[in-house]
Amino acid sequence: MRAARAFAAWVAAGLVAGALVVPAGSARADDPGSVHEQDLQVLVGPEVDGTTVSLDTSVFAPADDAGRHAAIVLAHGFGGSKDDLTDQARELAGDGYVVLTYTARGFGDSGGLIHLDSPDYEVADASRMIDLLAQRDDVEMDAPGDPVVGIAGASYGGALALLTAGLDDRVDAIVPAITWNDLGQALFPDGVFKQWWASLFTQGALAAAARDGGSSKQERSPDGLEDLLCGRFAPDVCRLFQRATRTGRADAAARRYLRASSPASVVDDITAPTLLVQGEQDSLFGLDQADRTARALADAGVPVAVRWIDGGHDGGAGLTGQSAGTGAEDWFDHYLRGGPDPGTAFRLALPAPALGATDPDEVQAPDYFERDLTGLRLGGRDQPVLAPAGGEPAAITSIPGTGPLLGQAVTASGQGLALAALPGQSATFDSEPVRSPMTVAGAPTVQLSITSSTTDAVLFASAWIVDADGRASLPRQLVAPMRLSGIVPGAAQRVEVTLPASAYRLEPGQRMRVVVSATDLGFAVPDDARVYRVGLADSTLTLPTVRTVPVGGGPSVPVPLLVALGLAVLLALVAGLVGRRRARSGTVPVGNAAVLEVDGLVKEYRNGFRAVDGVSWRAERGQVLGLLGPNGAGKTTTMRMLVGLIRSDSGEVRVLGQRVTPGAPVLREVGCLIEGPGHLPHLTGRANLAAYWAATGRPVAEAGLEEALQIADLGAAADRPVRSYSHGMRQRLGIAQAMLGLPELLLLDEPTNGLDPTQIRGLRSVLQRYADAGRTVVVSSHLLGEVEQTCTHVVVMHRGRVVLTGAVDELVAGDGEARRHLEEIFMGLVGDDPTAQVTR
Amino acid sequence: MTDPRRRALPLRAELRRQLTRRRTRVTAALLAALPLLLVGAFALGDDDPGAAPTFVDLAQVGAANLTVFTLYASAGFLLPVVVALVAGDAVPSEASWGTLRYLLTAPVPRGRLLRAKLFVAAASSLVVLVGLAAWTLLVGLVAYGGAGYRDPTGARLDWSAFAPRLLVSVLVLWVLLGFVAGLSFLVGVVTDAPLGAVGSAVLATVLSSILDSISALGSLRQALPTHYLFAWGQLLRPDPDVEEVLTGCLWSLLYATVLLTAAFWHFGRKDVLS
Repeated sequence: MRAARAFAAWVAAGLVAGALVVPAGSARADDPGSVHEQDLQVLVGPEVDGTTVSLDTSVFAPADDAGRHAAIVLAHGFGGSKDDLTDQARELAGDGYVVLTYTARGFGDSGGLIHLDSPDYEVADASRMIDLLAQRDDVEMDAPGDPVVGIAGASYGGALALLTAGLDDRVDAIVPAITWNDLGQALFPDGVFKQWWASLFTQGALAAAARDGGSSKQERSPDGLEDLLCGRFAPDVCRLFQRATRTGRADAAARRYLRASSPASVVDDITAPTLLVQGEQDSLFGLDQADRTARALADAGVPVAVRWIDGGHDGGAGLTGQSAGTGAEDWFDHYLRGGPDPGTAFRLALPAPALGATDPDEVQAPDYFERDLTGLRLGGRDQPVLAPAGGEPAAITSIPGTGPLLGQAVTASGQGLALAALPGQSATFDSEPVRSPMTVAGAPTVQLSITSSTTDAVLFASAWIVDADGRASLPRQLVAPMRLSGIVPGAAQRVEVTLPASAYRLEPGQRMRVVVSATDLGFAVPDDARVYRVGLADSTLTLPTVRTVPVGGGPSVPVPLLVALGLAVLLALVAGLVGRRRARSGTVPVGNAAVLEVDGLVKEYRNGFRAVDGVSWRAERGQVLGLLGPNGAGKTTTMRMLVGLIRSDSGEVRVLGQRVTPGAPVLREVGCLIEGPGHLPHLTGRANLAAYWAATGRPVAEAGLEEALQIADLGAAADRPVRSYSHGMRQRLGIAQAMLGLPELLLLDEPTNGLDPTQIRGLRSVLQRYADAGRTVVVSSHLLGEVEQTCTHVVVMHRGRVVLTGAVDELVAGDGEARRHLEEIFMGLVGDDPTAQVTR
Repeated sequence: MTDPRRRALPLRAELRRQLTRRRTRVTAALLAALPLLLVGAFALGDDDPGAAPTFVDLAQVGAANLTVFTLYASAGFLLPVVVALVAGDAVPSEASWGTLRYLLTAPVPRGRLLRAKLFVAAASSLVVLVGLAAWTLLVGLVAYGGAGYRDPTGARLDWSAFAPRLLVSVLVLWVLLGFVAGLSFLVGVVTDAPLGAVGSAVLATVLSSILDSISALGSLRQALPTHYLFAWGQLLRPDPDVEEVLTGCLWSLLYATVLLTAAFWHFGRKDVLS
């Protein structure tokens, strides 16, 4: 049961999808808390049988009591209810309007029957709603009893807006969307019955009636079957549709009734500025319907603007009212509250280009009523067109009410033309290729010569776009029916045919193809078989074109972005300058003293561990200094600070009297090996040394590459990639790299790692020779014996502090006693500390 | 004597460090194979004669169409990955080899190191893009001939109009990938992990693309870093929306500036522990 109701709702919603949309501006500041909502039942005029009718109504008012506000009435679409409009009403109320929504009679929880926007019922109801607004003390008034009020609505609600504006001169502005100008003309275009849509229309109301049946307050007629057939249609409207469906024609009574429900009958009386929003994807109420209204209003001097959106009763984007940008809010803001003038530029949507963007192109032209006429030469012989008996098989251009997907699928399959131009049942005429790009907006016209085998003719004309490969597509799946009557069989008749109005771009190389078919699925056709002969009476296809500019008026530089970018660049520059000042401060020479001076270094890591805690020592020329300590004593951290890899929390390092900061120039006088070697694995040993030296930016001649390679002692391996090296080879290469350019200070962290005893002995002599040449070597190690044999001086660290400094000779000589080993001294200092793991 | 800080890590040296890498060569080979793969795949596929022209069909019209198709197909994912690799891996690869500390003590000032790496990464990305386009043009010329460009709406551009537009499109695409480069560079500098750098940029690209497909986000989506990733395609249309291209480029430059400033700021102050 629940599912069935949901389905019925879905059908109804799908049928009048357009009706669910009421034009809405993009989201504005609306705080739901600031809107006061009130539901009420409003008594309106009774039905013809005297039954009283009350309408389900809601009023949304700004909760502030800042005096009076302009009012807006929102009208829903066919088969809908006021609930469809709640979100939009809240938004508008949040924007400072008093908004009234109500469910039209014959729908939802309102009473009464459907009279199809009849002046005596639905339009009178709307006037009653304006009375209601006039009685409120929070609504702005033009005069006593005459509130400042606008009406917006789509489809059924759109026509109501137009009709009410025509019949009630209190209306100050309207925004009717995707609606009709003349309902008879829309359902019987050129006298051909739009059967499929009409059936959907009535079925939708029946579905709505079935859905609402339980809650309807309307007493049903005792005639149960009639009731079921007509749902909540008023009996006269119901009979009208039944007759039309049976005969495929509108009789005089039907024409009269539909005329009364059409804005066309009251348009001369409309004075309210009107924003007409019409859908390009709409085979029910096409662009021609809004065009008629627009021209009548413009002729009468009423301010009118037209927008064509990428949507309509056949669905498509824009139906949600979010992306369409219909401008309804701006329209009301200007004409109800004196806001900025939105202008009357003609806005339209062109189908999305395939590459890069999925949204349709929103473009505008300065004036809706100014189009250029562009002629394209058409060619094609006279062709016989057979109309089959019973109208089957019928050409298929679209299936009304199924949304845009089917049409898109057919177009994408490339079979569109095969379905729409059945062999023998259609005539086709191709134009010359388009030479320069143009934007078509409106209805092309062509002069045809038509001969019929009988006294009348029913034909369907459509305008296709054929690309250079011969593939044809029908813009928006639209087709224009025509009926000729009272013609002499066998005599050619010259007819000006208006093709469907649409908007699209034509590119150079494309052609237009006019297809004239004897059948179309959406329309009723004569039952008897007949033959027509269709030819060109004139070889010109006339296209209405506009010169468009993108909405917003041409490419403009997004200024806020530009400002943001400028600020970001400024920030980057400031950050760079700050960094440079800090760096420069490091180049100031301090004093003139030892090769290496370490002064009160402190480093605390982020986890609170104090790795180095006030370390001071110095190394002089000619010294080989051993930085000694157990693992975790802070040796490596100190080494990293010596070359500016790590920032010290306090204290400083000076090399040759210059303070060491990250990247300080004096570091060129320092060669180092810290925590193992690092090489580019894909380069050979030789290429690695060259690449390292290249990074220093100094002349190759200063490097001493060959000497360094000898020290590395790699032999033939020097020309193999480093990734094939053993640990020891990498270590030797790392030491050689540190000695490139013979720096004044050589820092080696655990240099004997991975070396065999012979190599260690060799390294020892290399380091001694290096220091003997007046340079300085600092070696860190946890191997006490190693340091004792290699170094002239020693600094012993433990738990981040220096516990001993001095010359090795003096230390091991002791106080005139026998020679001691460093190990003994060290153990004496460190004691039984289990963390002091020192190996001999 | 010139300031050694200015001469440290010359661009030529950095370029050689990157070009000799196997990673660089494999990437280049893969990209060179892409148009060949596409041509091969098109040759295998059956032609459905009745179907409307899809973008894939159009790709076989000529060299121009194949090139645009290749760029279009790779702009969403492949090119972001390549750019993230080139930009994001530059610093962390040095860290993982253990060479970063030796560069810094050579000494290469930290700002200078990042500038050199960034410049080479940007230049390589541009070479990759231009090279891919030029190579695809050549492949297309051999496979499908030299017909002018035809866009999906049926509009045509002859070579004299197409060639300059393609060049500008490629340049615009390069700018539009600035976010990816900036993010991967920043993450690389912060984490020292090559995988983290490339992975985070790719992840951000994918995430942003997913968010971009949620229409409920409305105009917020314009700020997503990948929203304008295909704006370069505008320039190949008969009636380009220049504003979209400009907006996209500005967003990308804005992201890149902020991310790179953060990278330089962080790297100038960090403790190098690798």
